[in-house]
Amino acid sequence: MLDAALLSRIQFAFTISYHIIFPTITIGMAVYLAIMEGLWLKTGRKVYLQQAKFWQKPFAITFGMGVVSGVVLSYEFGTNFSRFSEIVGPVLSPLLSYEVLTAFFLEAGFLGIMLFGWKRVSPRVHFASTLIVAVGTLLSAFWILAANSWMHTPAGYTIVDGQFHPENWMDIIFNPSFPYRYFHMVIASLLSSSLLIAGVHALYLLRGKHREFAKVGLSFAMWVLMVVAPVQILVGDLHGLNVLENQPVKLAAMEGIWETHSGVGLRLFAIPDQENATNHYEVILPKAASLILTHEADGEIQGLDAVPADERPPVGVVFFGFRVMVGLGFLMLILGLFGVYARLRGRLYDHPILLRFAVAMIPSGVIATLAGWYVVEVGRQPWLVQGLVRTMDVVSPIPAEQVATSLTLFVVVYTLLFGTYLYFMRKLIRKGPAESVGQDGNVSTPEDLLPVTLNPD
Amino acid sequence: MDLALVYLLLIACGVLMYVLLDGFSLGVGIVAPWLERDEDKAIAVKSLSHLWDSNQTWLVFGGVTLFVAFPKAYSLVLSQLYLPIILMLIALIFRGVAFEFYFKSDTSRWWWNFSFSFGSILATLSQGLILGTLVQGGAEVGRLDWLTPFSLLTALSLLLGYGLLGSCWLVRKTEGSMARRSRTIARALLIGVVTCLGIVSVWMLLTQAQVAERWLTVPGIFILAPVPLLCGWVTRSLWQRLGDETGNDLHPLGLGMVLFLLSFIGLVAGMFPYIVPGQLTIWQALAPESTLIFALVGIVVLLPVVIGYNIYNYRVFAGKTRMEDGY
Repeated sequence: MLDAALLSRIQFAFTISYHIIFPTITIGMAVYLAIMEGLWLKTGRKVYLQQAKFWQKPFAITFGMGVVSGVVLSYEFGTNFSRFSEIVGPVLSPLLSYEVLTAFFLEAGFLGIMLFGWKRVSPRVHFASTLIVAVGTLLSAFWILAANSWMHTPAGYTIVDGQFHPENWMDIIFNPSFPYRYFHMVIASLLSSSLLIAGVHALYLLRGKHREFAKVGLSFAMWVLMVVAPVQILVGDLHGLNVLENQPVKLAAMEGIWETHSGVGLRLFAIPDQENATNHYEVILPKAASLILTHEADGEIQGLDAVPADERPPVGVVFFGFRVMVGLGFLMLILGLFGVYARLRGRLYDHPILLRFAVAMIPSGVIATLAGWYVVEVGRQPWLVQGLVRTMDVVSPIPAEQVATSLTLFVVVYTLLFGTYLYFMRKLIRKGPAESVGQDGNVSTPEDLLPVTLNPD
Repeated sequence: MDLALVYLLLIACGVLMYVLLDGFSLGVGIVAPWLERDEDKAIAVKSLSHLWDSNQTWLVFGGVTLFVAFPKAYSLVLSQLYLPIILMLIALIFRGVAFEFYFKSDTSRWWWNFSFSFGSILATLSQGLILGTLVQGGAEVGRLDWLTPFSLLTALSLLLGYGLLGSCWLVRKTEGSMARRSRTIARALLIGVVTCLGIVSVWMLLTQAQVAERWLTVPGIFILAPVPLLCGWVTRSLWQRLGDETGNDLHPLGLGMVLFLLSFIGLVAGMFPYIVPGQLTIWQALAPESTLIFALVGIVVLLPVVIGYNIYNYRVFAGKTRMEDGY
């Protein structure tokens, strides 16, 4: 039988991994919805409204999944990590409180108007609601990433009787890794949603359905991808340098470096062996890791041997997670560049390989984000607060059977739910936008998409 | 200023907001199986689809504010009540996703009806078990102390109570035969609620020394006497309004909420100043001052704004819920 502490950790990892899938999609998609609705108000072209109204439905169910799986997390700190809540609560809890007040209420309050208020408020108020929902998702990410980053690079606190007390809130919120992590995650969300949007429209074009509608969406998403994919690689690199500075052990695990030395090669592939503190089947690019990380071919990089074995993270997960993330990131860059090439040749909407590639990349953003989070979180182990609090020391003293029961319930319910979610996503996507539009982007059917009150002029 | 008292008040307000607002939302799920036609059930779900998320957020607000102000109590209560809290969270998932999938389904409506009601009922029962356990002084970590005759009674009371609020909400939001049906359901539930309140009160007076001392000795008896008296008056008034179809259709919901408010005051009066009765007072569990002040600034500035746009939300969707409104 697994012990309660390990079960609690598995449960938290499972529930939070599941949860992050949905915000990753909705943060970026909320921005997309706001832009489409804004374009509609500005230009009056119905195809933008059609975009907004179509994507609103996948957004709604994805957002709903995020809400129901998110509430679980806000209680799980206390249920499964009670000692953690008690000693770190004074520093982290106000950040969550600000998240509730500036983001959760805001999103919930205006989501209703955004989804169901089309006929009840003016177009401007509706647009404002959509915009507010988008801002809410960004604020939510702000606070939760501030709290998460503090656990990696704690700052602005003192310890009184074993409890963390806040000293300087600016230092706590804007802790050393926060800006990097925030932008890396927000951009990850923009990428993930763009890939989903691009892929779905590519699918329509491949099948010859909703052509005018799909062209608008694909074109926009491919522009975003072209700009954002390289930016993400740059931000990711800066984030990596920040990890090197603040969490060298995590970085060593990401690169599979066991011994501290200079002129370190970049391991393209390896099978890390935790027990013997070495790698098998290495494929190494000489001196490349030193060059990337220290900008000198002979720069020294601290290896995992700098800390005792019981302070090293599980290297395999971190090492492979990092490679999955980076590999997918470069595929996204290639897709973005491919898009530019096809666009220049005037074939963006009917290049079969490009369109198939875009469809295949639909889940890549979410997978890369999950892989990245595994690098970040597993790479911090055995610490819950880097260098200060060990995860194993702060788990609730609940009997293993109870945690096993709850974990089983979560696995069963979440699996069924995910199947249902995919079923409805597929159904909405197959159904497509409400009406077809003509060449000029205006609705070709005599009936308006909407009642009179919603005409932009 | 005593920050412990300020936060106790804030948490009490947050919990009360949750109980009143998600109370009627969960209540609609509780009474939905007793509505006659499938269209009625659809309207019941629809009447909440724009606000269930806002209403549920008060639960997160209450939980997080407890975490801010009394981290010891937060970690103690949540780990002691592990299973009922997990059950509540899972039940809320069933309830929440029903709103999202209901109107996108064609053949699986029956399942989403089930998910909506099952989730609402299970979440309410879990909350009732949690409430009953807290009132009686908490539980040992890992034991099934939360499953007692008393906690089962509070679970039943809360189920009937939320159901009452839910049916009063439907009186407000629906028309014709559905509204009439809701009035009948509300009356039946009112009888159950009052009976349960009576039994719970007597039970607490007989078993809990602190409660008995507060309620039955001078001066407590004089200060608290209006609570049960008002309960009686509100019950009578609510019964009458439920029978009067020409009257203001917001009054039953308002009176139902007043009944909850009075019960809530009655409970808190018996428990104060314990946050977990017999285990932890608010002063023992208090967080450091810098935490309390930083969070308080946010709450004081932002909570009125939150309440403001929540009221706006209700106004946008005022009036009877009809099927044709949608995406």
